[in-house]
Amino acid sequence: MKKHLNGVKVPHHKGTSEKQIVWMDVPEKVTIPMSQQIGPPCEPLVAVGDEVKVGQKIGFADHPMSVPIHASVSGKVTAIEDFLTPMGAMTKAIIITADKLQEKDPAIAPPVVTDHASFVQAVRDSGLVGLGGASFPTFIKLNPKDLASVTTLVVNAAECEPFITADDRGMRELSDKLFVGIEAVRKYLELEQVIIGVEDNKPAAIAHLREKETDTLKVQSLRSRYPQGGEKVLIYETTGKVVGEGKLPADVGVIVMNVTSLITLGQYLLTGEPLTYRCVTVAGSAIANPQNVMVYLGTSYQDVIDFCGGFSQEPGAVFMGGPMMGICVYDLSFPVLKNNNAIVALSKKDVVEDKESPCINCGRCISACPFNLMPTNIDRALAAGDVEMLKELKVNLCMECGSCAFVCPAKRQLVVSNKLAKKKLMNAGKR
Amino acid sequence: MDKLKVQVSPHIRSAVSTQKIMLMVLIALAPAGIAGIVIFGLRALLLMAVCVVACVFFEWLYCKLAKKEIPVGDLSAVVTGLLLAYNLPVGLPIWEAIVGCAFAIIVVKQLFGGIGKNFANPAITARIFLLAAFASEMTTWAAPRASLVANATDALTTATPLGMINEGLVEALPSYSQLFWGVTGGSLGETCVPALLIGGIFLIVMRVIQPTIPLVYIGGVAVFSLLFGQDPLYQVMSGGLLLGAFFMATDYVTSPATTKGKIIFALGCALLTSAIRCFGSYPEGVSFSILIMNIITPLIDRFCVTKPFGAIEPKEAAK
Ligand code: SF4
Ligand code: SF4
Repeated sequence: MKKHLNGVKVPHHKGTSEKQIVWMDVPEKVTIPMSQQIGPPCEPLVAVGDEVKVGQKIGFADHPMSVPIHASVSGKVTAIEDFLTPMGAMTKAIIITADKLQEKDPAIAPPVVTDHASFVQAVRDSGLVGLGGASFPTFIKLNPKDLASVTTLVVNAAECEPFITADDRGMRELSDKLFVGIEAVRKYLELEQVIIGVEDNKPAAIAHLREKETDTLKVQSLRSRYPQGGEKVLIYETTGKVVGEGKLPADVGVIVMNVTSLITLGQYLLTGEPLTYRCVTVAGSAIANPQNVMVYLGTSYQDVIDFCGGFSQEPGAVFMGGPMMGICVYDLSFPVLKNNNAIVALSKKDVVEDKESPCINCGRCISACPFNLMPTNIDRALAAGDVEMLKELKVNLCMECGSCAFVCPAKRQLVVSNKLAKKKLMNAGKR
Repeated sequence: MDKLKVQVSPHIRSAVSTQKIMLMVLIALAPAGIAGIVIFGLRALLLMAVCVVACVFFEWLYCKLAKKEIPVGDLSAVVTGLLLAYNLPVGLPIWEAIVGCAFAIIVVKQLFGGIGKNFANPAITARIFLLAAFASEMTTWAAPRASLVANATDALTTATPLGMINEGLVEALPSYSQLFWGVTGGSLGETCVPALLIGGIFLIVMRVIQPTIPLVYIGGVAVFSLLFGQDPLYQVMSGGLLLGAFFMATDYVTSPATTKGKIIFALGCALLTSAIRCFGSYPEGVSFSILIMNIITPLIDRFCVTKPFGAIEPKEAAK
């Protein structure tokens, strides 16, 4: 048996896993920010007053990494405003007031795919970015430098974050589309094998997908230990391969794709409908009726939460994503973005308010880190301003999964330290 | 609606806190304390109470005077007080115990920056300090209560088993069973083997400590005793070994954080303990060994860094 990577046991809170995905109504208006991917922001392709149809391309940038953004509702562009992204950057956002007719863009037709190049172009046209949270442009991932050396597709269905069950539901309800997506990737990248990695807390999804298992398509049950869904962790646990420092999965012959991304891809290949809606898990102690909702992109958090019965208790914090790696939203007018797999709202009393106390050197953070980093040492080296030490401690490998901070009895803000340490290294490198 | 909180992930934390860990340690120490009272009488209870109160008081006083935040809530001073009491002869004059508490909290803990910053275990260092300052009181061992000992004498004091071995008084040695139950001379909380085992296993089961240090330390003492021509079982059950191995060598702050480091640390403790017991002029060496290993822990830590997943070694990078 190969050794597992470290990780932590987090509470699952997967109470929404048995609830069918429900479609949300078309909201009054949607807010579609022009920065929804890693890479440059898009330029608006429409102007205030324009009529738009569902699936119409409304944002794009002339840049090799740019992925188009599509209108999620039909209606009229009523404003183009400044928008503060969760990462703190300023961008434009297109506001569309919906006419609720949901008329489709007449240009929509299934893409004609004949070879790898046209496949990659189709993926790009679909508007797809990593839907599990990473928001990396999918078409770039599917166009690795050395295509011939890539042999394996690992489907990331670990869904290790507490609360989130959107991938779980997708696997159970939309597996037809999932397999269309998988087959296309396999065919046009000429892959030898596909491994779907699912945490063992989703037995129904595993059983369902196993019906389709073949010699070259395996469903692998992973132990439920956060963060199984971290890209490097997942590759190691499914294939045993180690993605080294500064390397990409493709360098070890692997491509990792999130399961919901593949479902969306399958749908695009079948219908030509680009990414305009997605499944979002709405959960947490402050949500009255937690469930999985199919949401038109750009719908505000307020609208989505209202659809789920509103708040049952006063919320203390609302996250885009799960509680381990999610980002706090400052305001409920915030829209659902492409990579937004969950909205988690915790009640006031469930929001951690723990004060940092001095490190007691218990070593828990070290035994929690999947990458064997030494967060307490990083914390100390940062406090001492020791750049050399930070380099030696390889803080740049940190994926900010939060396992270390989760287990720390002194409640040290270890992820904050790691972020600051990386920044410090970057600045030191510049000088 | 109030403002939503904005903070950096993770947004949930495990329930384990410094305070809860200390509480677990206190619970784990309880059986040995009860055993101490049963074996040595109510004076043991008095000594424990004095040490706990004194340690908490000195921590409060220091923080007050130094205008530091008062951390008594983390219970670490209570643990230090109790551990120190367990390491003292039951008959020690109260004022000397209080001096020990002041030394533990003020000199060893707070002057180095408080919890997490002390270089050595406060209770152990204070015990060694008291041994140096009050040598005769610190080596005058109250005898177990007469009703507990079959062949009881009227003597109020006795020698520890290790002391007897050191003096060559092998005929007077207590039996295995006396040793096991702890009805021998010794420090307040160190003699009763089952009580310490229960506490130690509790800490391991509750994942407060990893079994590495106690196992390697105790196993190491057994092996080294054998090599040095001693009875390993007798050596393991006597003196402060179990108390030290489970409760003091495992002190997070003053022991290495990595498993490799822990093994080196515990082996060092074991070798030193056996060597002092066999060849040194002191009959007991647990405190000295742990203190010495505490001091070199930073060195061990420096050499026991983990290998990050997928990291490129500097040598490879140069190629
Ligand atoms: S150091 Fe980074 S990678 Fe390791 S547990 Fe902490 S956040 Fe995760
Ligand atoms: S988990 Fe927290 S207290 Fe323990 S060593 Fe790491 S930083 Fe220190």
